[in-house]
Amino acid sequence: MSERPSFLVRLGAYLVLALATLTVMFPVYAVAVMAVSRAPGFSVVLSPDPSLFTLEHLAKFVARHDANGRWLFGRQLANSLVVAGGATALGVLLATTAAYAFSRFRFPGHRLGIASFVVVQMFPATMMIVPLYLLMSALGLLDSVVGLVVVYATTALPFCVWMLKGYFDTIPADLDEAALVDGASRVRIFYQVILPLARPAIAVTALFSFLSAWNEFIMAATFLSHEEKFTLPVTLFRHVGAYGADWGAFAAGSLIVSIPVCLLFFALQRQLVGGLAAGAVK
Amino acid sequence: MSPWLSVVCVLAVAAPATEGEVVLWHAYRAGEAEALELVIDDFRARHPEVKVRVLQVPYGAYPQKLRTAIPQGAGPDLFIAPNDHLRDFIERELVTTARGVPADRFDPRLMSALTLKNESWGYPLAYKTLVLFYRRDMVDAPPRDTDELLATARKLTGDGRYGFVYQASLPYYHAPWLFGFGGKLFEADRLLPFESPAAIASGDFLRRLTFEEKVTPVDISGALATELFNRGRAAMVMNGPWFVSEIAADVPWAVAPLPVVTATGMPARPFVSLDVLYRTARADGSAGAAVLTDALTSDAASLIRARVGRQPVANVAVVHDPVVESDQLLAIQARQLASTEPLPSQPVMQLAWDPYESALRQIQRGARSPEAAFREATARVLVLARPLPKAAPVRFYVLGALLLVVAGLAYALRQAKRAQVLADVRRSGPAYAFIAPAAIGMALLVGVPFVMGVGLGFFEYEGSQVRFVGLGNFASILGTNDYSPFEPMSFYFTMAVTVLWTVSNIALHVGIGFGFALLLQPTWLLGRGVFRVLLILPWAIPNYITALIFKGLFNTQLGAINALLMKVGLPAINWFDHFASAFAANLATNVWLGFPFMMVTILGALQAIPSDLYEAARVDGAGPWRRFTSITLPLVGPALVPSVVLGTIWTFNMFNVVFCVSEGQPEGATDILVTEAYRWAFMRNGRYGYAAAYSLVIFAILLLYSALTKRLLASRVAEAI
Repeated sequence: MSERPSFLVRLGAYLVLALATLTVMFPVYAVAVMAVSRAPGFSVVLSPDPSLFTLEHLAKFVARHDANGRWLFGRQLANSLVVAGGATALGVLLATTAAYAFSRFRFPGHRLGIASFVVVQMFPATMMIVPLYLLMSALGLLDSVVGLVVVYATTALPFCVWMLKGYFDTIPADLDEAALVDGASRVRIFYQVILPLARPAIAVTALFSFLSAWNEFIMAATFLSHEEKFTLPVTLFRHVGAYGADWGAFAAGSLIVSIPVCLLFFALQRQLVGGLAAGAVK
Repeated sequence: MSPWLSVVCVLAVAAPATEGEVVLWHAYRAGEAEALELVIDDFRARHPEVKVRVLQVPYGAYPQKLRTAIPQGAGPDLFIAPNDHLRDFIERELVTTARGVPADRFDPRLMSALTLKNESWGYPLAYKTLVLFYRRDMVDAPPRDTDELLATARKLTGDGRYGFVYQASLPYYHAPWLFGFGGKLFEADRLLPFESPAAIASGDFLRRLTFEEKVTPVDISGALATELFNRGRAAMVMNGPWFVSEIAADVPWAVAPLPVVTATGMPARPFVSLDVLYRTARADGSAGAAVLTDALTSDAASLIRARVGRQPVANVAVVHDPVVESDQLLAIQARQLASTEPLPSQPVMQLAWDPYESALRQIQRGARSPEAAFREATARVLVLARPLPKAAPVRFYVLGALLLVVAGLAYALRQAKRAQVLADVRRSGPAYAFIAPAAIGMALLVGVPFVMGVGLGFFEYEGSQVRFVGLGNFASILGTNDYSPFEPMSFYFTMAVTVLWTVSNIALHVGIGFGFALLLQPTWLLGRGVFRVLLILPWAIPNYITALIFKGLFNTQLGAINALLMKVGLPAINWFDHFASAFAANLATNVWLGFPFMMVTILGALQAIPSDLYEAARVDGAGPWRRFTSITLPLVGPALVPSVVLGTIWTFNMFNVVFCVSEGQPEGATDILVTEAYRWAFMRNGRYGYAAAYSLVIFAILLLYSALTKRLLASRVAEAI
């Protein structure tokens, strides 16, 4: 990548990127303006009025306590982190092993197995909630953070397996075979050869698992029945009611809920940018 | 990973026991929630022996949570919900009869709305009805009849201001006119055709307000009505008591009963809806629940609700409380109550709201005469109220299923013999070991619910009764019955829209994602990381938030997009009045949401391409385009295949965007299959069986799609390699 294109080409690239970024950022900006404006509603977005600036919505969202004086926001933030983190860890662990097998072994049930990972996603998720509720109830995992971790990890699994299998397929099998000849076990090859090479893909799948768990609302709201166990999106939707909504508070909550995910991406994008695979595959 | 796991374990152990607690659920927010908290605090102080746990459930998840949790014994003892689902609650056996509190505590008109089959099914805590709010700086005296209303509104309309604002497309807000003109919805429990002369007269009135005289704007949501009122751009607003908490402090406002309909001399009659305290079976025999029920419905609690929540309350004794009497809003609500209609709780009404709303929208924009619009709505309700499939002969189906299983087994055995599967299985131990954890998790948590969902498609619910209907649901979906397959009501129309929706989305996701990925790839780009993070943001924000924001941006009156159009001299567009523009609004939202996923996938794949490939190609004299088509595309392609296949599946089933942005408008034309399935499951009297069958059809279509792509890709990939 040493070639540097002409000045005009670079300028064009910057212009396109700047314009695109501005367009893409507009709704984000709209949320931000609504979150810090005293006047509720959408029209503040077009004519932001500095005299209406307030941090009240943000402060209220963060400072919520329950009747027993417990800091609800803190607990719910922790719940969200545990649920999303747990689902990611579990999901990536299960997905990498399964994807490795699908990529490297041919065995009876191979095709059926891969197919079934895709196929199960075709059934609309909204219709799975009631059966899942019954199942969680039977397993005694209703109203528990663990239940959500397990559910989110498995719902993200098909994507992760597919993604990783696609990536593992681009890593030459010669590497495995060379290591096998050197006397390494399959587990060791998986752990020491394949996983490090697949870090960009693992980063993508981890990000995906985390995002889908972090943002999920309807299952969390249906399964959890203690406010101190709620995740943040559930709390966020307190502000949307049958007869209207508190858009300032909702926007403030949206902003706060989105921040950790943005930070996570910022951290993980270095992994993506690392380009580890580029050097290793010859 | 271990710190995560340890935290998980701690939280699992720390789950408190729920024995002996009295659990109360509600979906209140703002002032109403505050008032309830005060009542509960007071109760806790007086009754320390009763442990109360209150849960505020987000409104969006509330009905579904009640329906799922209560039959499983995981529901509350008491819950607060409106009265329009009363019969549904009774039929599903979610609620028990109201006992223990003297009925004469409450206004008999309200109590009678909760009486069915000679039993009372809950206690009214508060009621809500529409009244007329007006700005005192714009309106001198509130209009007494509809002629005055029109005259006043006409005077105050213009310059971006409107004389009279309300959510004119919602049946709930049209009801005052319908009943004021002498119309009726039900006779006994039978839903009447919508196109009665009185109803047509009410439609003509709506048409005058919105289309002919334009004193009432279209495409108004609750938030917009508030905003227009607060900014002095709406002189009068028809709204319920909840509106008070949204009026800005500096607005001089007052409230009046709704005007008399001049043509008939009868007062406009809005619906009255109740906040009801329901008891579930759990509350039977629980002393704590009885004490709490009494306390929540007491005159003292009622007074707190009236004073703090400014809720019009149902207790007779509180009506003449000086504080309540001096509160203008509550006094007017009490006066309006004299001319109201109870909110219908007949199950068929759940099917009527949507078609009725479509009719109102068409009348508003002058697209159809009231008569034609209402006639069509009547026809639509008949289509939606299609009879449940008949019970099917179970024996016949069991036999068929057995035959299928036997045939499948025989086929599998033959294959196994030929391919010496047993030997292969024995050899593949390590592979199975790698897959086992994921497979077990999937089988349990995805496989089991999936099988249950599939099975449900062969049954149908009627209240709490379930019966086997075989393929009846499928026949009803796929048969066009008595409406045209080219109408939005038909499965085939919805399916065509879904395909169009999926194809256009994926094309744009991949195209835009690829473009950005290539732009973000070169190392000479300064601020690469910053651009990447900014462009990924749409993915990071939960899609329901995005959908709600875009809905606001596309709003006719206050949306940023129309404001931009007008700034460059183009006319404003009613985005959700036409199929093409409503579809475009959905598409814009979902493209905004969806391209970062493809972009990240492609970026990941680009990273994996060895850079010396490009260098070698450059040495060989390949130009940028040649390098792109010969190196980038073939190497990114395989990594992109799973993303495109999965992206297709997700887009096909992208519920949130369609449901929140266009809401299926106009007339359900932009609905996709999955939103239809959802409407059947949760908005049309909970026809789970029908919805499950719908989902199974969706599943079959996607299965067919993936089989086809696999076939196509297999040949393509083989060529490339």
